[in-house]
Amino acid sequence: MISFENVSKTYPGQERPALRNMSLEIERGEFVFVIGSSGSGKSTFMRLILREERPTTGRVIVAGKDLSRLSNWKLPHHRRLIGTVFQDFRLLPNKTVFQNVAFALEVIGKPKSHLNKVVPEVIDLVGLGGKEDRLPNELSGGEQQRVAVARAFVNRPMVLIADEPTGNLDPETSVGIMKLLDRINRTGTTVVMVTHDQAIVNQMRKRVLELDQGTLVRDQARGVYGYVR
Amino acid sequence: MRIQYVLQEIGHGLRRNLTMVIAVIVSTAVALTMLGAGLLMLEQTKAMQGFWYGKVEVAVYMCNKNDVDHSPNCSSVVTAAQRQAIDDQLTHKTPYVQKVQEETQAEAFQHYEQAYGSTALGQTATEQDMEDNFRVKLSDPSKYQVVQDAVGNMQGVASVVDEQQLLQPLFTFIHIAEYSAGGVAIVMLVLAFLLIFNTVRLSAFSRRRETGIMRLVGASNFYIQMPFLLEGAVAGLLGGALASAVLIAIKAFFIDGIVAPHLSSIQFIGWRPFVFIIPLLLVVGILMSVAASVFTLRKYLRV
Repeated sequence: MISFENVSKTYPGQERPALRNMSLEIERGEFVFVIGSSGSGKSTFMRLILREERPTTGRVIVAGKDLSRLSNWKLPHHRRLIGTVFQDFRLLPNKTVFQNVAFALEVIGKPKSHLNKVVPEVIDLVGLGGKEDRLPNELSGGEQQRVAVARAFVNRPMVLIADEPTGNLDPETSVGIMKLLDRINRTGTTVVMVTHDQAIVNQMRKRVLELDQGTLVRDQARGVYGYVR
Repeated sequence: MRIQYVLQEIGHGLRRNLTMVIAVIVSTAVALTMLGAGLLMLEQTKAMQGFWYGKVEVAVYMCNKNDVDHSPNCSSVVTAAQRQAIDDQLTHKTPYVQKVQEETQAEAFQHYEQAYGSTALGQTATEQDMEDNFRVKLSDPSKYQVVQDAVGNMQGVASVVDEQQLLQPLFTFIHIAEYSAGGVAIVMLVLAFLLIFNTVRLSAFSRRRETGIMRLVGASNFYIQMPFLLEGAVAGLLGGALASAVLIAIKAFFIDGIVAPHLSSIQFIGWRPFVFIIPLLLVVGILMSVAASVFTLRKYLRV
């Protein structure tokens, strides 16, 4: 699903590369944690998958397409295959839960009939059934993140990328979100999750990719957060 | 593409930055009014040029019934023999003469009606009021005096007129007005461009959350930019419409109402030029706004 072939990325004006000669493969349907300290290259990794950045060397291949070969007008189509969830939720504050989730479908031109069928389904899936007309500031942090997950998932993307989704949430709520992501993963969606959350990583025992100063130092199936040095 | 969504977004955008949108509309309107005024003055020049301007340089007017006893060489209406003698003198015995063309009274009347038919003067003129004349083209236009010397004192010649000299001051005045209008139009267009630039930038900034999410979710670039472009187009269209209304008002109330009745000898432009000037103003308004918006978005909207 996602392949990195000898990928290096140095931001212009910087001496130290953000990513150093990284090669890995993520199969379809996998659940992958990406961990590492600040500045280890986790965000760069995500941005390369979304093609917000291009690798300095090497190739990034997502869903069979070489991203460096992707023309600018095909880029939106690529992004529709990827759902994103962020630490700060990134909801539109003046739109209701329903409208926020529907936004993802509206802007890619889906008809209203489709919207009205699919959006309530996915809102139920994330456990917010009955709260469609609430505004984000009327929801708890956990609920807002659920809306974000719903929005990311409503288009049934092939990959779901979560950038520290539990970063602003308490441990109990975080578990709820993780259960949700796990459920989504079981429908066949590849999930790539960047996180600092030790407890979650240790609990779920999924594949762990550890980055340290731009290099992939550990790739462990059923891994834990801490590592044996 | 959801029309409803797009229309909603345009409405929100326009309302959010209402003061700036109004500034854009007004400055575009002023720029286009100047542009339209310049074009109308061009049309006015054409209307006033009449049939002969630019084709000939010196006219030798021969005596008609109004000239008898009013001009030194006119004891009677010009005779055929006199006409022949004048023609002969001009064609064969005057230097610098390139071409001599006769315009009979009948032809002169026809041309007069074409040029001035709608003015008060034009409507009372008759064929007998016209003067039979020779139109002389000189190889050196500055040598008008030569014609005066050659035939000015011949019998049957009422007057020798350098047409160019007669009309020149008027046309100079109009050209100055045209260039001024053009200059103001250019300055105003630049100003309008800058205002649109600022407005679109402000608009893009205030919508960055939405556009950011639209980008992540995979909306096409065109879809993301379209509300801004349409806002620009609407503002440009309204500016063009406003400019057209102002020009129409000037024509109807100022020219037709105040100026024309006082200047009966000048043929003023009709409504026909408006048929192409108004669509032109609207199109220029829209295109300029859209172009300015595209330029700004390229700089400030990450896609």
